[in-house]
Amino acid sequence: MRLLRVPRWRKLPLGLLAVLAVVTLAGCTGGTHPQSTLAPKGDYAEMVDGLFMKTVYLATIVFVLVEGALLWAIFKFRGKPTDPAPEQTHGNTMVEIVWTVIPAVVLAIVAVPTVKTIFATAKVPTVSADGQVPLKVEVIGHQWWWEFRYPELGITTANELHVPVGRTIDLRMKSFDVIHSFWIPQFAGKRDVFPNRETRLWFTAKVGGAYPGACAEFCGLQHGRMDFYVMADSPEEFATWKNNRLADTMLAATGLPKPAPKPDTTVKAPAVKTGAAAPAAPVAVAMGPAVADTAMDPQVAEGMKLFSTKGCMGCHTSSAMTPMKGMVGPNLSGIGSRKMIAAGWLPNTDDNLKRWLHDPQAVKSGVGMIIPKLTDVEVNALVAYLRTKR
Amino acid sequence: MATTVLDPTHAHAAKRSAVVEWLTTVDHKKIGILYGASAFIFFLIGGLEALIIRTQLMKPDNTLVSPEMYNQLFTMHGTTMIFLAVMPLSAMFFNFFVPLLIGARDVAFPRLNAMSFWVFLLGGLFLNASFLMGAAPNGGWFGYAPLSSRQFAGGLNMDFWVIGLQILGIASLAAGVNFFTTILNMRAPGMTLMRMPMFVWMTLITQILVLLSFPVITVALIMLMADRTFGSSFFSWAGGGDPMLWQHLFWVFGHPEVYILILPAFGIISEILPVFSRKPLFGYSAMVFSGAFIAFLGFGVWSHHMFSTGMGPLADSFFSLMTMLIAIPTGVKIFNWIGTIWGGSVQLKTPMWFALGFIAMFIIGGLSGVMHSVAPADLQQTDSYFVVAHFHYVLFGGSIFALTAGGYYWWPKMFGRMLDEKLGMTHFWLMLVGFNLTFFPMHFAGLLGMPRRIYTYPAGLGFELYNMMATAGAFLLGISFLVFIVNVIKTWRGPANAPADPWGGATLEWAIPSPPQEFNFPKLITVHEKDALWQMKREAGVSRLPEPDLVSGKGIHMPGPSWWPLVVAFGILIFFIGFMMKDPWAFPFRPVNILGFAITTFGIFKWAYEAPDAHAPQH
Repeated sequence: MRLLRVPRWRKLPLGLLAVLAVVTLAGCTGGTHPQSTLAPKGDYAEMVDGLFMKTVYLATIVFVLVEGALLWAIFKFRGKPTDPAPEQTHGNTMVEIVWTVIPAVVLAIVAVPTVKTIFATAKVPTVSADGQVPLKVEVIGHQWWWEFRYPELGITTANELHVPVGRTIDLRMKSFDVIHSFWIPQFAGKRDVFPNRETRLWFTAKVGGAYPGACAEFCGLQHGRMDFYVMADSPEEFATWKNNRLADTMLAATGLPKPAPKPDTTVKAPAVKTGAAAPAAPVAVAMGPAVADTAMDPQVAEGMKLFSTKGCMGCHTSSAMTPMKGMVGPNLSGIGSRKMIAAGWLPNTDDNLKRWLHDPQAVKSGVGMIIPKLTDVEVNALVAYLRTKR
Repeated sequence: MATTVLDPTHAHAAKRSAVVEWLTTVDHKKIGILYGASAFIFFLIGGLEALIIRTQLMKPDNTLVSPEMYNQLFTMHGTTMIFLAVMPLSAMFFNFFVPLLIGARDVAFPRLNAMSFWVFLLGGLFLNASFLMGAAPNGGWFGYAPLSSRQFAGGLNMDFWVIGLQILGIASLAAGVNFFTTILNMRAPGMTLMRMPMFVWMTLITQILVLLSFPVITVALIMLMADRTFGSSFFSWAGGGDPMLWQHLFWVFGHPEVYILILPAFGIISEILPVFSRKPLFGYSAMVFSGAFIAFLGFGVWSHHMFSTGMGPLADSFFSLMTMLIAIPTGVKIFNWIGTIWGGSVQLKTPMWFALGFIAMFIIGGLSGVMHSVAPADLQQTDSYFVVAHFHYVLFGGSIFALTAGGYYWWPKMFGRMLDEKLGMTHFWLMLVGFNLTFFPMHFAGLLGMPRRIYTYPAGLGFELYNMMATAGAFLLGISFLVFIVNVIKTWRGPANAPADPWGGATLEWAIPSPPQEFNFPKLITVHEKDALWQMKREAGVSRLPEPDLVSGKGIHMPGPSWWPLVVAFGILIFFIGFMMKDPWAFPFRPVNILGFAITTFGIFKWAYEAPDAHAPQH
């Protein structure tokens, strides 16, 4: 009972600490945390999370015991200056051996699963969870955006990584400039990306959805705005997305869209062909009727013209194929349907896109994009054109 | 004490103005105070930077500071706190107390000691002058290449950092040599190594770490400076170099540096706990060996800062296990501290509260440290706010709590005044609550996916609450140090009332008056046991040595003041500034380098030929 009789002046800080503990716990359970490492949505992250939770439980036990012993000693052995001197003990070899051995044993308990997990996560699986071979994706970090290439599919995109649920993704990563670090908390831990040196990472998405990721290694001025999204698609959604990218490629290869003839709905898979009239049909199929209609829109045509005359193509390509010009800036294939612009930062609304096109430096200072001063009409036309890239 | 004329310190001061006195002093106690005052001001600057950072992060999408300013602030906050606050605050205690604790009259190299301080101060001012030029370092306190190379950091910003750190390294190495030699050579008769106070032991181990790790950062900085200034390509892949080399070199220095920051704290705590428990330190030899073992292991774990670079499973496993091993000697220390209190008669004075707060907070930092040693889990935690929380529990909850404890404990000895207990307690509780409110929520922010070093974050990821709490806590922390400043001002106006031995001390510094005379000990003390003063009190039944005999003090020769350490320090500063000069001052015509080199050489020459006690007061 004596322990509970805390002097009044000491109640305030203790009360504040209690409030802190309650708020911390409350905050931990409520709210949405789409970037949480504590809610893994893939196999790699689940392994890591299981290991982490083991250390949390052990640490909590050690924390309670050791802090408890400390507090107990403080309250139990309080003395007055007038008290006689306590017994002058200098040590106790037995006790010291015991409290050296016990932590060693506890650490051994942590060490074994640690090493196991290190080796389990080190190698990219050769067979994916769904029986296919893992899907190769090349990740290239740029100041300050992410480029994603699918060498087997011939697709390049930026800031939005589409992956099919259930298939292991085999990431081969490099940097274009400085060191970045690729991090999707719900799928895997971080992996740094270096110039001139390939690093690897893998994961398998288990649940579909949009997962935010970030650059975790300080990489200069806009390190804080180098986010991205991973879209974990169903295999069907992924196939649609892939086909739309290939359609973009043909569109870019053949120049301005011509008035489309009646869509030939029997054509299922788009095939890259050269020639004057042939491409129109598959494009219409792949992009859907809505896009085919807007392709006729004079504002879209104007936007497309501006895209090539205002210097956009010096840096950007709107084709998903890699060997096109305009490789310095993010690939804009599918920009119209992306969740975010400005590297995972701004929701992809017309207003935000206009803000960006008017003055990218005002939105994200130091960004590599240099753009001539555009009129409202020109910006609107460009937005209308970019919206067709779905 | 009848007449002040007989006091050698006073007679000496009468001849020279106070400013000249402080500029030319070679007295280790005065140098200690200079270190303390400068470091505390740098600490306040670093704290102000932290408050701006926290205000910027208070809410999502905040625009208080630009991204460029933010990067400068966090780079300078880290650099300042490590090199300009915590290390020199430890140096304050090394300087003032190591000679007193070992019963010596001085350090081994008094003028080198003065030079070390001036080099530190000029280096610190040089680093902060970058703000005035609008070009404060912006590449992080770790300066990773290639972001710190000329290609990606063309301005003067990282020149300030590279050159500033190089200058500060000279100060640390000079101090390291000095205290290593002092402790090994200047102990009082009978003070064997295993009778040394624990703070002296931890200081000795810290100096060994300095002497082994600072050459590594010196070499790395020379390489980076060459890359930046002369266009070599040690760290540039385009020229055949490798940015990974920088990381290895940096952390071979950087990890021992963590122990350079924390071992003196261990030493301070090990002095305070026995005195306020009225009972000797539990397991003295285990404390010595665990400290040495921690230092040894500190050189074998650098790559645990680099788990995310993909070194392969074997390297990851090795560094993972080595890191876990450190928890064992650290645990031994914590258990021994609790064992010291156990069965004691615990006197809850301000220094003791801070010491106990240190143990409580350091346990948390230690446990999250073990979590980081689990390499796969670390891949989720590293470079997130979880790490920020972890190392602030170690370096603030650890180092700063212990240094503050040491400040309250030794203040009466340094300035002859007792600090106010009530204000001290207010300081402690504000700091404890503010500290936890600031840094505990960061664990959660990090686990929820908040990367570190980001100047802002979007709403909707669940970071808002934790950042708001952290910002509120940071301001409480700021207020707690205002209370300390009020305490200092208040007691400074009061009388010089401190007795020689206010706490019932165990070690030799409490045997002489507060503040001590310039010559420390009128008669050198022969030591027979650990806790020498306690032993003397037990045997003689006296609480302290007799009042100093000034007549015998007359025959003591103390080194005289000198200008040359200051001149050499200036020369070194100018020499390094030369490396910042771009065209038309470029290589090979660098008059500024040559001027600095000339001043340094001239200063060393004059220093070498100056009689050690040329200006010593005559008695």
